[in-house]
Amino acid sequence: MKLHHPLAKYVRPGAISTATCSGCGDGIIAQAVLRAIDELKLNIDDFVFVSGIGCAGWIPSPFFNADTLHTTHGRPIAFATGVKLARPDRYVVVISGDGDLAAIGGNHLIHAARRNIDMTVICANNGIYGMTGGQVAPTTPLGLKTTTTPYGNVEKAFDLCALISSAGASYVARWTTYHARGLTRSVKKAIQKKGFSFIEVISQCPLQYGRRTGVGNAVAMMKGYKENSLSVKKASSLNEEELKNRIIVGELVDKDLPELTEQIERVRRGLCARRKKLR
Amino acid sequence: MIEIDEDLCKGCEICVAFCPKDVLEMSDKFNKKGVHPPRVAREEDCNLCGNCMLYCPDLAVVVAEEGEGG
Amino acid sequence: MDREVLSGVHFMQGDIACAEGALAAGCRFFAGYPITPASEIAEKMAERLPQVGGVYIQMEDELASIAAVIGSSWTGAKSMTATSGPGISLMQENIGYAVATETPCVLINVQRGGPSTGIPSVHLQGDILQARRGSHGEYEIIALAPSSCQEMFDFTIEAFNLAEKYRTVVFVLTDAFVGHMREEIIIPEPEKIHRVQRKLPDPKASRTRLKGFLDEDVAPMPIFGHGFKTHVTGSCHNDTGQRNVIDAEALDYYIKRLKGKIDKHAHEIISVSQDMDEAKIALISYGSCYRAVREALNILKDEDMHQVGSFRLITIWPFPKIQIEQLARRVKTIIVLENNLGQITPYVEAAVGGEAEVIFLPPRVLGTLHDPYAIVDKVKEVIR
Repeated sequence: MKLHHPLAKYVRPGAISTATCSGCGDGIIAQAVLRAIDELKLNIDDFVFVSGIGCAGWIPSPFFNADTLHTTHGRPIAFATGVKLARPDRYVVVISGDGDLAAIGGNHLIHAARRNIDMTVICANNGIYGMTGGQVAPTTPLGLKTTTTPYGNVEKAFDLCALISSAGASYVARWTTYHARGLTRSVKKAIQKKGFSFIEVISQCPLQYGRRTGVGNAVAMMKGYKENSLSVKKASSLNEEELKNRIIVGELVDKDLPELTEQIERVRRGLCARRKKLR
Repeated sequence: MIEIDEDLCKGCEICVAFCPKDVLEMSDKFNKKGVHPPRVAREEDCNLCGNCMLYCPDLAVVVAEEGEGG
Repeated sequence: MDREVLSGVHFMQGDIACAEGALAAGCRFFAGYPITPASEIAEKMAERLPQVGGVYIQMEDELASIAAVIGSSWTGAKSMTATSGPGISLMQENIGYAVATETPCVLINVQRGGPSTGIPSVHLQGDILQARRGSHGEYEIIALAPSSCQEMFDFTIEAFNLAEKYRTVVFVLTDAFVGHMREEIIIPEPEKIHRVQRKLPDPKASRTRLKGFLDEDVAPMPIFGHGFKTHVTGSCHNDTGQRNVIDAEALDYYIKRLKGKIDKHAHEIISVSQDMDEAKIALISYGSCYRAVREALNILKDEDMHQVGSFRLITIWPFPKIQIEQLARRVKTIIVLENNLGQITPYVEAAVGGEAEVIFLPPRVLGTLHDPYAIVDKVKEVIR
């Protein structure tokens, strides 16, 4: 080959051939994140990537040639909190799946959003527990048959963006793998923004969600994202009935709010100033 | 120009489906993974949109202007 | 109050002494969750860490607390959490993660009455085996057992030193009694405090073949933020952190190297305090029970009875098997005093291997200190 993939320089030697299934959206998300870092001309050694257990946890681990912390199930955000508080100068990016971040890890997710701690969380939402064979997740649509809902899911799915917005995050966006360019833009913005940034990416799981549930293959699923998605602006003029089964994509929240590490530093400086005064 | 690293390809066909100019098609050969990689069928129609490179989950497709990216 | 080390003489609560010990050791990160009888440690760290340029965070639960401690430790910061039995139960998965990834962490367990919610303010030595075997899989940890407020200070420093030196999880197993009592403690001048720092890789080391794991002599820790491109995973991995979830040989290597790291250096880690002379009866104890043992020995000495001595475990894990084997050959009877239903007693029995008689003696009421006179009576019964 004469050409080099522009993002290959960020891939850990020997790790370029990944374990993901054919057509898995994880690879598209991986590219979007690396492209964002590349376009921002940032040094990947200034990042710490933290991921959990599940297919999406393998997006940075071992693929990204950078400091990577692949944690226990559901806890990457808690580990990332420790990393960020101890080294506030690092860009901390959590990349994990919907089950990991919002089911077992839900508590850590909402508290990190509440704290508005400066980190970017990218949630690969495939609506199922893929790695373990296709069990229902809190993001699985009502009615879907999975291996643990053989008669159809009777639970409603989380609206993760609504959840994290109300918890207090300063940046919330939703894209699908079809919207790789919009996703890249959001990742760039999130990395540079001081505060808790949450990006939900609706991502195809062609094997467990697609084939097993009869929804289709990667191409069919991505075409589905294209057809069913609409922008925040367009969605604002539709009613609940019209929005059923539609995916609203774009930036949903973009605020400037007090950020945790800045608040901690402010307290520390205040103590320092008081000490100087007393001397 | 478009180059495909055939052995990284997993045969998902996303690049073929999302090319707006129908430049790519799946080949008949088998790669090391036992799947059909795509091939560049009509390079002259390529408008360098980059969709194929952007969407390939396996970084198997590279698109560049002639003279770049070597 | 902004000094890292509060040198001087103090009348201090055990929990507070522990917090001051952590600061004196160079701890700069604490993540925790309120729980009786350990909350005082969190409160003191919340007050003192910002004064010395460190960070305190109260996390949403204990799982998050230990996770944050591990994350922080991977940036190079000496990090700690403090909790009680219920909290350690919640932390188990991540404790295993810390051991597997060789992350230096100090965990204070101020033990309380269990099982379950139990009695938060009554002391029990109920979590001794939990420290050793609470997480799944095969692994080793180090555990220290202070018996006074001074030791809460001293042993916390030692815990950090051991954690840094051996890149592992070190427990300080104390209890509500020692944690909540107040005694005089002497904090030395900072220059007199011995602090160990973890080994870091040579900055010029190759990034692609950096061996940061699974060295029985402790690999240098490739902390984040130095361009080491470190890959840390709780999956079975090799010495460069590369995951292998296919080969049993890889698992065998991973388990044995992690354990070997502690076993190989057990003789440096294990610490016991013996006051035996020619005694033929040994009183084995640790933590708060030692206080009753010491008082019982004083009473016996006053009665001119010198056949009894004390063998105290300062480190409970790794277990001082060899030291107890040697003890068993010198004595006729060993009385093991624990405030539980016998957690190290089976280990003592195994080490003794029939060379001496082993008697387990709990306090008359679990959750209280042994009555020293009850110990004296038992000794007298043995002598008869």
